[in-house]
Amino acid sequence: MDLAQIAVMLAAAALYLMILPARWRGWALMIGSVVAIYWLQPSLAIRWLDYALPTAILAITMLGWYFTLPQDVKPMRADIAAFTVTILIVLTLSLTRYIDVPLQLTTRPPPLETVAAALAALLLGGVLLRRFLPPKALLWLAMIGLIVLFGVVKTPALAQEAARLLRLNAGQDSTLAAGSELAWLGFSYVAFRLIQTIRDRQSGILPALSLSEYLTFIVFAPAFTAGPIARAENFTESFRALPGMTGRDAQRITVGLSRIAAGMFKKFVIADSLAAFSLSPVLAEQAQTTGSLWVMLYAYGFRLFFDFSGYTDIAIGLGILFGILLPENFDRPYLKNNITTFWQSWHKSLSDWVRFYVYSPLSRSMLRRKPKPSNYVIIFISTAATMVVIGLWHEVAIPFLIWGVWHAGGLFTHKVWSDKTRAWYRGLTAGRKRIWTAAGVLITLQFVMLGWVWFAMPTVNQALAVFAGLFGLNLGGAP
Amino acid sequence: MMPGWDWLTRAKYTGGFMLRVLLKAAILFAIINLLFALTNPIPALGMISIYNLLSPGRLRLPYGESESSYNLSLYDLNAMFASHTLNGRHNPDEAAVLVMGDSAVWGMLLENKDTLASCLDSRALSVDGRPARFYNIGYPTLSAAKDLLLLDRAMEYQPDLILWLVTLENMPRREQLATPLAQNNAAAMRDLIAAYDLDLDASDPRFVDLDFIGRTLIGQRRALADWWRLQLYAFPWAQTGIDQVIGDYTPRSNDFDEDATWYELAGAEQLDDTTLAFDVLNAGIARAGNVPVMMINEPIFVADGVNSDIRYNFWYPRWAYDRYRELMREHADAEGWTYLDLWDAVPPDEFTDSPVHLTPEGTQMLCGQIAEALP
Repeated sequence: MDLAQIAVMLAAAALYLMILPARWRGWALMIGSVVAIYWLQPSLAIRWLDYALPTAILAITMLGWYFTLPQDVKPMRADIAAFTVTILIVLTLSLTRYIDVPLQLTTRPPPLETVAAALAALLLGGVLLRRFLPPKALLWLAMIGLIVLFGVVKTPALAQEAARLLRLNAGQDSTLAAGSELAWLGFSYVAFRLIQTIRDRQSGILPALSLSEYLTFIVFAPAFTAGPIARAENFTESFRALPGMTGRDAQRITVGLSRIAAGMFKKFVIADSLAAFSLSPVLAEQAQTTGSLWVMLYAYGFRLFFDFSGYTDIAIGLGILFGILLPENFDRPYLKNNITTFWQSWHKSLSDWVRFYVYSPLSRSMLRRKPKPSNYVIIFISTAATMVVIGLWHEVAIPFLIWGVWHAGGLFTHKVWSDKTRAWYRGLTAGRKRIWTAAGVLITLQFVMLGWVWFAMPTVNQALAVFAGLFGLNLGGAP
Repeated sequence: MMPGWDWLTRAKYTGGFMLRVLLKAAILFAIINLLFALTNPIPALGMISIYNLLSPGRLRLPYGESESSYNLSLYDLNAMFASHTLNGRHNPDEAAVLVMGDSAVWGMLLENKDTLASCLDSRALSVDGRPARFYNIGYPTLSAAKDLLLLDRAMEYQPDLILWLVTLENMPRREQLATPLAQNNAAAMRDLIAAYDLDLDASDPRFVDLDFIGRTLIGQRRALADWWRLQLYAFPWAQTGIDQVIGDYTPRSNDFDEDATWYELAGAEQLDDTTLAFDVLNAGIARAGNVPVMMINEPIFVADGVNSDIRYNFWYPRWAYDRYRELMREHADAEGWTYLDLWDAVPPDEFTDSPVHLTPEGTQMLCGQIAEALP
């Protein structure tokens, strides 16, 4: 989100709180979010794609809702209304192909009949799948489908191939295809929220959600681009309380605006300033001294924090204004004295998600194995899988895989260390404990910062060259 | 509920509280804007700099608009000089030599180590028996008045010698105020016009005179942002030593149309003190006072292609440039300038993308000639 987009959302929040009748708030959030995902999606070089991608998000979200609907539950009138409104928005936006309107939300969309045919095919396919597939198989199919789609979008080679096919389909030069052309805004978060609802349905813990609740939960505009990933039950609790919410609540408005102001300062003042000298492939190659590389690395680490936590503050603040309580994502992570507490305070909604949907099921399944592996083996494998998923969530690439393993190694080492030293630590005096805590903060910070090298450098060779430079070897030898 | 934000959520806020905050914020904002407009803190702010404090000073004045060069163009002379290594000068035993001029002196398409000032610096030269340190205060854009503006500011650093490189293209009177640096330093430029009775229009419409709104914080946000960006670039400058991205360029033309005009003038008799700003050069020498100034006619590219019999290069028809050299010599003799005419000191192969931009080797040649002529 840029400043203009934040300003528009603030204006929308003002109208929402001051003018809109309370009973329309849920609908307003749904309609506003549906429109916003078109507006937020940057334009793309491939014809129709910046219209098609948000439309695809809406389509798979509605299918996700339909597939997770219990078999004995039929769509209600409100669901049909939400579906109709969403389809009408999609079709209305496609009409901007034929008329010039001052505020174009997308570049020229495909012809109306193409959009209508694609939506009809998806709808028919969804109905047939739900009718003829057993519920369990349907949910597994939906989840696998999402994971495959996620894999395509996040794997540079596959994304490039997809871009090539899309270019061919659009009658454009396929030799110019690049993976970056598949810049699908918000999909990482949408996919994880959808997978979350499918897993929760499989486990029987997904609350009953109307289509408008489900749709708003998945594409809620303030959290669409950079999270956080809420839990459906928490989101719905806020959503259902909207009609009873006091619009002109000074507490809500003050807290919301304060969070937005804090977030804007973090993002647009601190993070954007640090960006001038943060580690990047170009700067790493130009660095003349070891000290320079360390400055760049720390600038990168702090920039990442201020950028991301700034966006989170803005999302949470906007959420508060709209009456939706989003989860916290950061809790002073660089002040934590071990890597475990770091991960409990860095991108918390993602790490909670992965802990819930990867770590716990995996460790539980290993605990049930006979013979049961040792606790350390279970912890190591579960931790490694968890952190690798977090790494690959950013991009399916070797440096992100190594970054995941790096942190898994740190977490496992800390687990072993704390198990072995617990009794010794308890026997320390308060003063010595403080010293160890301070040392822990420094060591954790250093470990996390060094890990960002894998995050910042696009190839393993470049990352290794930076490591070499950081420790006074091979400076200027970065490939 | 909101870890780390207890301080925010603990308090109870009312509508009255919000109104008071809004009112106070509005009043504070208005006061700050008013104070900003009344006091104009930008020049004072410009003197505050990370350079020469947390990072080394720049070896040439900030100029450029490429993010990847960690450099930018701004108009705040204080900020520009505060970022320069000249501002960090602290060896009283050295003789400070200012090297000023256009983009050729600044070092367009040259790394810092290859500029004229760096070359002279590397030769361990002496001036008046003291080790000389050469400071590059060249600045791209062609205007002797812009040089005068920079010299006026640089005199605060008490130099011991000034090398001023000029070429005909710096001299057209009507182009003196065409450079944005001069236009955006209207007050300083007008002071110079008045002090030295320059034949330049103090009410030139190209001068940027800020109205009240333009002087407020809102109006000055670009100047503030530029100052802040310059400070931020101190870190990548310190880490990389890069202030210019040197990429591919189109070489200067060697063939020309059959055109013998220069700024719509067509004869040597039209070139004189009314069309060329010799008074600006005299003003520079006067501003230098007791500090010796060596005026140098910088080398130009001499073409041998189509129509090279009527033009030396893309900029200069032969008649115009020859007449300019005559006039420079006449003025030097009449005014008693220390004058060095090095117009053909560098062979054609050593020019890059313009009739005055030199290769590193060309710069070395020029550097050698100047070094020999130093007092």
